[in-house]
Amino acid sequence: MSQGQTSDVREDGVIESVSGPVVTADLDARMNDVVYVGSEGLMGEVIEIEGDVTTIQVYEETSGVSSGEPVETTGQPLTVDLGPGMLDSIYDGVQRPLQVLEEKMNSAFLDRGVDAPGIDLDELWEFTPEVAEGDTVEPGDIVGTVPETRTIDHKVMVPPDYEGGEVVEAESGNFTVDETVVELDNGEEITMHQEWPVRQQRPASEKQTPTEPLVSGQRILDGLFPIAKGGTAAIPGPFGSGKTVTQHQLAKWADADIVVYVGCGERGNEMTEVIEDFPDLEDPTTGNPLMDRTTLIANTSNMPVAARESSVYTGITIAEYFRDMGYNVALMADSTSRWAEAMREISSRLEEMPGEEGYPAYLAARLAEFYERAGYFENVNGTEGSVSVIGAVSPPGGDFSEPVTQNTLRIVKTFWALDADLAERRHFPAINWTESYSLYRDQLDPWFEENVESDWSEQRQWAIDTLDEEAELQEIVQLVGKDALPEDQQLTLEVARYLREAWLQQNAFHDVDTYCSPEKTYRILGAIKTFNDEAFDALDAGVPVEEITDIESLPRLNRIGVQEDYNEFVDELEEDIASELREMY
Amino acid sequence: MQKEYKTITEISGPLVFAEVDEPVGYNEIVEIETPDGQIRRGQVLETTSDHVAIQVFEGTGGIDRKSSVRFLGETMKMKLTEDLLGRVLDGSGQPIDGGPEIEPDKREDIVGEAINPYSREYPAEFIQTGVSAIDGMNTLVRGQKLPIFSSSGQPHNDLALQIARQATVPEEEKEGGESEFAVIFGAMGITAEEANEFMDDFERTGALERSVVFMNLADDPATERTLTPRLALTTAEYLAFEKGYHVLTILTDMTNYCEALREIGAAREEVPGRRGYPGYMYTDLAQLYERAGRIKGQDGSITQIPILTMPSDDITHPIPDLTGYITEGQIIIDPDLNSQGIKPPINVLPSLSRLMDDGIGEGLTRADHADVSDQLYAAYAEGEDLRDLVNIVGREALSERDNKYLDFADRFEAEFVQQGFTTDRDIEETLEIGWDLLSMLPKEELNRIDEDLIEEHYREDESVEVEA
Repeated sequence: MSQGQTSDVREDGVIESVSGPVVTADLDARMNDVVYVGSEGLMGEVIEIEGDVTTIQVYEETSGVSSGEPVETTGQPLTVDLGPGMLDSIYDGVQRPLQVLEEKMNSAFLDRGVDAPGIDLDELWEFTPEVAEGDTVEPGDIVGTVPETRTIDHKVMVPPDYEGGEVVEAESGNFTVDETVVELDNGEEITMHQEWPVRQQRPASEKQTPTEPLVSGQRILDGLFPIAKGGTAAIPGPFGSGKTVTQHQLAKWADADIVVYVGCGERGNEMTEVIEDFPDLEDPTTGNPLMDRTTLIANTSNMPVAARESSVYTGITIAEYFRDMGYNVALMADSTSRWAEAMREISSRLEEMPGEEGYPAYLAARLAEFYERAGYFENVNGTEGSVSVIGAVSPPGGDFSEPVTQNTLRIVKTFWALDADLAERRHFPAINWTESYSLYRDQLDPWFEENVESDWSEQRQWAIDTLDEEAELQEIVQLVGKDALPEDQQLTLEVARYLREAWLQQNAFHDVDTYCSPEKTYRILGAIKTFNDEAFDALDAGVPVEEITDIESLPRLNRIGVQEDYNEFVDELEEDIASELREMY
Repeated sequence: MQKEYKTITEISGPLVFAEVDEPVGYNEIVEIETPDGQIRRGQVLETTSDHVAIQVFEGTGGIDRKSSVRFLGETMKMKLTEDLLGRVLDGSGQPIDGGPEIEPDKREDIVGEAINPYSREYPAEFIQTGVSAIDGMNTLVRGQKLPIFSSSGQPHNDLALQIARQATVPEEEKEGGESEFAVIFGAMGITAEEANEFMDDFERTGALERSVVFMNLADDPATERTLTPRLALTTAEYLAFEKGYHVLTILTDMTNYCEALREIGAAREEVPGRRGYPGYMYTDLAQLYERAGRIKGQDGSITQIPILTMPSDDITHPIPDLTGYITEGQIIIDPDLNSQGIKPPINVLPSLSRLMDDGIGEGLTRADHADVSDQLYAAYAEGEDLRDLVNIVGREALSERDNKYLDFADRFEAEFVQQGFTTDRDIEETLEIGWDLLSMLPKEELNRIDEDLIEEHYREDESVEVEA
C-alpha cells in the first residue's frame, strides 16, 4: 500500500493528462485495478482502457499533479479488508479508517497520499476455535469466534475462494488478524483477515422470501409501511424533509444485529453527530452502546467524488460479510442521489454519451445491481442472514419524476415518500401516507398477528380507510369550510386528526417517543379506534359533534407517545373516554 | 528558471489553450503577459503532455497569440496574516484600500482540504443574532452554514448586516470571557452600490477593524468569482483554526458564483447538467460550504452565511436546490412579507435550521425553547392554511377556533417576525413574545408543549382578553 512518498511509487506507466479526478496514463493494467497516481501516490481505479490509454478515476484531490509523473498498478481490484475491528469504526469511501488517518496526518484536515489498512493489523484478538482437528470444512464455514464488541461475536470463516479440506490444526488464544488460526490439510491457512473486491457480490446459497419485519420503532413505518429483514426501501424527499433524521432513527432503533451507515456525499456535521451520539446511545435490545453494532462510512460532500462513488460498494460488501456470519444487517445509504451524481460526474469527464438528465445510460443497471445485493439469504455455510438496504434519494427540487428516484422505485419494494408540506408544518416524520407504500405488508402480516395482536391488519386497514376518507373530505372543506359538512363527516375529520397527531407523528428528539415498540404502536391506534367507536355511538344517540370532540380526556390521546408506562395510561384513557361519552346519552 | 511559452493556439471566452513541452501540474497558476505588458493570471484546467487549457481570471480581452505564458509551478495560494483584519482586497486577493502590501505569515493553498469528519466537533453553541425569526425559530449555532435564500429586490443585505452587527454568544458574555470575533466578507458580482452599502455599514459600526473584505464587483471579470470565495474561506480557516477567532463568513451572491461556473463550463464545451449548470456543481459548492464548522480541541470556529438570490423566486432552481442539500438549513426571505412591510421579511415556515436541536434548551437558551418553537410553527402553519379558506368562504363561516388561529397568524407576523433591522432582541424577549402569542390560543391547543411548561409560562389573562 502507498505511503505517500516519491520513492514508493513504482513507474509502471506515466500520466498523460489530468482533468479533475480523471487522469489518463500510458499504462498496462486491467479494468477496475487499483493504481497509485503521481509522485504523491494518490489512490485511483482504472475505469476505461482504450488502446494504450488507460483512464483512471482518482479518489483524492489532483491539484498539482502533472503529466509525466509515474503510475503504479497493484494488479488488484478495489478490495476491502474484512475481519474483527470493523465495528465501532469510521471509514472514508475506500475504507481508510478516519481515526487512523487523523493520527497519521497529525491534522484535522485530510491530506493526500496517505493510506492505512481497514482493520488494525497489530491488534490482538481472542480466538476460540469451533472446529477440531480432523473436521472437514468447506468455503464459508465458520471455524471460530472472536468477541469483537460487547454485542457482537465475530465469526471467522473459511474465505469463499478457498478449496476447504480437513483441519490439521486449530489454535485458541490471542492472535493478530494476519496470524494463522486454522490450518487445513491442503496447506491452506485461515486467518481472521479476508479481502474481497467491493464490486463483486459475496456468494450465498439461496435468496429467500423475507417474512420477518425489520422493526424500526417508528409508528408510521411499522404500522403502515413495514420493511422486511432483507428488504429494500427508498426514502426520497426534498431537502429539509427529514431524510437524514429518518435514516438516523433507523440506524438507532431498527432491530438489526449490525448496522452499516454510509454517509455518501452528505454533510460533515451530520456524520460527526452520529460519531458523537452513537457511543452514548443504548442499543434497545442489548443495552450496550450502539456503536458496538455499527460501522460508519463517511464520504462527505467535499471529499473526493470518486471515493463517493465507491463508498456504497464498500458499505454493502461489509454488510454481506456480516450476513455470511448469520447476522441480520441493515445498511443505510444517505444519499444514493449523491452516488448517482458521482457516476454522472465521472461519466461526463469521460465524455460518454449521456442518458436522461446527463446521467450515464447505465444508471438504472448500477442501481439495480446495488439493491439486488440486499435480501434474506441462506448462506453457503448453512446459516441464514439478511441485508436490508434503505436508500435515501435527494431529488432535485423535490421532483420525484427525475431519473434516480424513478429508477430506484422500479427496484425497491418499500417507498417512504417525504413531503415538504408536512415538514413545513413540523409534522415529523414527514412521510406522506397517501403516496407511500410497502409491498411487504401482506407477507409480514402473519408475523405481526402472531407477535403483536391478531387483529393487527384489520386495525391498520381501519386507519388507512379513515385517512383516505379524510383526504377526500379535506378537498371539500377547502371549498365550503368544515362546518358545512354533515356531523358524521366532521367526526371523521376529528378522528383522522388524532390519527395524524397522536399516531403518525413521532418526536425523534423526545427520550421516550423516539422509539415506539410495535405493541405500543398498536395500543395508540387502539385508543384512537376506541374513541372513534364510542364517538359514533354517541353521535347516533343524538349527541352533537361539538360536545363529543370537546370531552376532557380526549387531548390525552396526544400524550400516549411520551408515556413510558403506556399500557396503564391507555387503559385509563380508554375508560375515561367511554364513560365521558356514555354520560352524554 | 521558469520557461516562457509563446505557443497560444486558441482563445475562447475565458479560456486560453497553449502548447507545452514540459509537464504542467493540474490547477497550477499561470501568468500571461500581453504584448503591451499587462499581466493576467489564470489557472490550469486541463493538462496533457503537449497542451494545456488555462482559465484566465481577469478576462481574456487583449490577449493574442503572441502573448507569453509562464507557469509558476504552484497552485493558487493565499497570503495569510492576522494583519489582514481591517483590509479590503479585490476578488483575487490584491489590496485595493491603498494600504501597504500584505506581509504574509504563511501561504496556503486556496482549494483547501476536507475536514476529517472524525476530527469535527458537533456545533452546539447558540449564537444570538437578535432576530426573533432566527433565534426563536431557526436558531443559528457556531460552526453552522446557514444560507439566506432571497430574490432580487429583497432586503437580504440588511438582514446579513444586522446579523453581523448583533451576533453574540450570550453564554460567553455571562462568563465575562470575550472571544475574538472576526467577519470575513466575500462579495461576488455585487453592484458597486451594494458594496458601498456594506462598506458604509462596516465603517460606521467600526466592524471593519475586525473584518477582511474581498470585493469582486459586477463589472469585475466573472471567472475571478470562482477564486473569491476560496480566498475568503482560506483566510477564515487561518483565522479560526490557527489564530482561534470565531469567524463569521458572509458570501454574497452565490448565484453570481454559479453563473461563473456555468460560463466556464460552457466555454470548455462540457456536457451540461440541469439548466446548463455543470454536472459537478454540487461537488463544487460542497467544497465551499463544507469549509465551515468546529474542530475538536480548537478554540476557533467558522460560521457561514452565504446569500443567494433565487432566479424568479424559484426554490427548485439548481442553485438554491443544490445549496439546500449541502447547507444546514436555510433562511427564506419572502417577497410578500416584504411588501407588507415586515422587517426582516423572513418566512419561517420553509426556513429551517438543522443544528437547532442541539443548540437550544435548558442551560443553552431556555427549557421551553424547543416546545415553544414547535408550537409556534404548527399554529402559524394552521393559520396560514386558513387564510386560503377565508378568501373563499369569509371569516364568518369559520369556527371560533379557526378564527383564533387566523388572528394568531396575523399577530405572529406583526409582533414576532416584525422587529426592524436595528432592533436587537435577546432570546428571553423573543420567547416571551412567543408566549404572548401562544396565550391567545386555548391551553388544550398547545399539544406540543410540556404541561409543566404551560403552567409556568401560559398567560391566563391573555386568553380571557381575546375571548372577550
